[in-house]
Amino acid sequence: MKLFTFKKGVHPNPEKKFTCAKVVETLPLPKEVFIPLQQHIGKPAKAVVKKKDLVKTGQLIGEAQGKFSANIHSSVTGVVKNVGLFQHPMGSRVEMVHIVTSGEDDWDLLPRPADWKSASAEELNEVVFKAGIVGLGGAVFPTHIKLDPPKEKKLDAFILNGCECEPYLTCDHRMMVDFADRVLDGMAIVMRILNLTNGYIGIEDNKPDAIERMRQKVAERGEPWKVVALKTKYPQGAEKMLISAVLKRQVPEGGLPADVGVIVNNVGTAMAIADAVIDGKPLTERVVTVTGDGVVEPKNVMARVGDTFASALEFCGGLKNETIQVYMGGPMMGMSQFHMEVPMVKGTSGIVAVTKVAEKRNKTYACIKCNACVSACPVHLLPNRLSRLTEKGQPEEAHKRGLMNCIECGSCVFVCPSSIPLLQWIRIGKFKINRLPKGA
Amino acid sequence: MSEETQVPEAAPEEPSKKKRDPREKLFQADLPLVLTASPHDYNVTTTPQIMWSVVAALAPTVGVGVYLFGLQALALILVCVVAALATEAGINRLKGEAFTLGDGSAALTGLLLALTLPPGLSLFSGALGSIFAIAVGKQIFGGLGYNIFNPALLGRAFLQASFPVAMTSWIYPGTAKFAAIDAVSAATPLGLFKFEQKATPYLDLIIGNIGGSIGETSALAVLVGGLYLVYKKYADWRVVTGFLGSTLVVGALVYLLDPTAYPTPIHHILAGGALFGAFFMATDMVTSPVNPIGSWIFGIGCGFLLVIIRVFGGLPEGVMYSILLMNGVTPLINRYTRPKYFGEASA
Repeated sequence: MKLFTFKKGVHPNPEKKFTCAKVVETLPLPKEVFIPLQQHIGKPAKAVVKKKDLVKTGQLIGEAQGKFSANIHSSVTGVVKNVGLFQHPMGSRVEMVHIVTSGEDDWDLLPRPADWKSASAEELNEVVFKAGIVGLGGAVFPTHIKLDPPKEKKLDAFILNGCECEPYLTCDHRMMVDFADRVLDGMAIVMRILNLTNGYIGIEDNKPDAIERMRQKVAERGEPWKVVALKTKYPQGAEKMLISAVLKRQVPEGGLPADVGVIVNNVGTAMAIADAVIDGKPLTERVVTVTGDGVVEPKNVMARVGDTFASALEFCGGLKNETIQVYMGGPMMGMSQFHMEVPMVKGTSGIVAVTKVAEKRNKTYACIKCNACVSACPVHLLPNRLSRLTEKGQPEEAHKRGLMNCIECGSCVFVCPSSIPLLQWIRIGKFKINRLPKGA
Repeated sequence: MSEETQVPEAAPEEPSKKKRDPREKLFQADLPLVLTASPHDYNVTTTPQIMWSVVAALAPTVGVGVYLFGLQALALILVCVVAALATEAGINRLKGEAFTLGDGSAALTGLLLALTLPPGLSLFSGALGSIFAIAVGKQIFGGLGYNIFNPALLGRAFLQASFPVAMTSWIYPGTAKFAAIDAVSAATPLGLFKFEQKATPYLDLIIGNIGGSIGETSALAVLVGGLYLVYKKYADWRVVTGFLGSTLVVGALVYLLDPTAYPTPIHHILAGGALFGAFFMATDMVTSPVNPIGSWIFGIGCGFLLVIIRVFGGLPEGVMYSILLMNGVTPLINRYTRPKYFGEASA
């Protein structure tokens, strides 16, 4: 079997053994949910419900503000208890709709074309927009924008992203195995919206069952799509790396995949699109991997958006006493959490609890120019140089050396023998550059 | 830490405190979870580990050196290492910073320097070289990671300039006494060839039964440690291959010019410090280029200069100056070999 991959990158311990063979289980109906009005990149949605309103499952509670935004829907049936600021898993306090469940589960479905196979691309993308679908790989970019690229871009390929290169996470893996038809339905809808026939499904070779299942299902459907096995390497699931691995095309600096004629969607996104277009269900639930050696019984769960980390962990037997760190997402790009009463959001691919923190990061040594970071950087930057320039207060110099190309994958910090916080400095540099007045 | 503290129930809303987040007390609570910025996962290699691995890789060379040249060699090695550590600690103290002895780089510098010295050199000179290597070779630039030149080689260059006779007086293995007076003086294979046109048999060069610096005589011992470093990726294989490859090629070209006047390319590799320099000196991460193409240029440049100095220069040996010269152009190499950003080529 020929394996494709991209240049450079790193090999963290996969740690997928906890949950890779566990079928997705559905969480019990939560007692209350906290649904943030900002779960996507772009403008926050505006609340369209107020205190004491009755809401149904799937009812619109936050309206997208403009095109670069996304709708928010209630994930339960119940009464709005409050609309206010609550702790968001991304670290800040964000406006959320607090709903107390009534115990029933009445669905308020989206209007949708009777048969998607004969619907027009505009109609279908309208459903995607109304359903509030965003990229579920973690970047939470509004999907309707991706599916409506500028007309002058000539598209010729669609890639379904099933890499899941982050250690620990298995949600995409299980979706491809447990909901294979749904995922491929979603892919078919996307291909129809984009008017493409050239489809690829990129899966890393540490998920042989997913590769097998996808191959079999694609063959059953008689589609010309190719399932591409990729050599396991981090960060293969990053859009630009995946395109480079599958099609050997490099997205230009500062450009988008559409610039090289490609659109990439995560398998979770494809599944959400199928749910919206076929069943009329807006994006109110997703698969979350609850895993790590700090969880008593790691599982893949189908969770409602807004349900808390605490209830997902409770369903998985709770945290062990030795747990020292919990993050949302994988260990490479995840977000550290300080308490468990935060809601799972659209971008929550996993809740990882671990009993060890890397001891290495406690002591930093001088940079010995060992070039480990340079050999790891998937966007071919010089992380040691960029971080040093920022540290010296010269982010503009770092900017000239490609600072803004950094995709913040963390590979440089992962390999650095001196445990220098390279990425953390680069983030500060990017922040400073973004705050410069335009044109400066 | 019980499960209840980890997974707190939502606290009931208190009607007396309006408009406050019902769970606010959680933000001030004495929480047990560690917060870090991503990535949270690290691989295991650390800088001290790299440094001590290089020290370990030098063990065969040290062993053979001490076996061949006796206790005097051992004493010289110990003095150099101790002087290097003491200098490092003293400068740490002067600068008011934490001691950096633990990172292993100072000990490594002392050890590398000692292995490039003639076994009969006085202990005082060895210590002086070590002090110079650490103080001027490394700390003056700001410490580990900031030096331009390989500190051990700079220390050796200093000794070469200060004690030109002692630095070129060699002894036969097995004849060294502690006071080096009775030792049978010898020439290095390179010196023999340069001044007397005598080639040393390859077997002697491989085993090390020849005159020369403590660490350079046995090609075999250097190879064992060096290959271990390359295998562990602590020594860049591009630098080693470039260095030895260009030595072979340039050496062969020169040999073909006049086979009677110049040594064979194999002789170039095995005699003198070429192997030691290629595996342990040129691959010093701090003073060699960062980018892969740069590593090739650096290695090839070292080998080229080495043969040129040996064949056309006044000195029989050229490893030290060839590497130091290439160290000097490393910043320039780094500047012109910057990798293209992802997507830059097609932009």
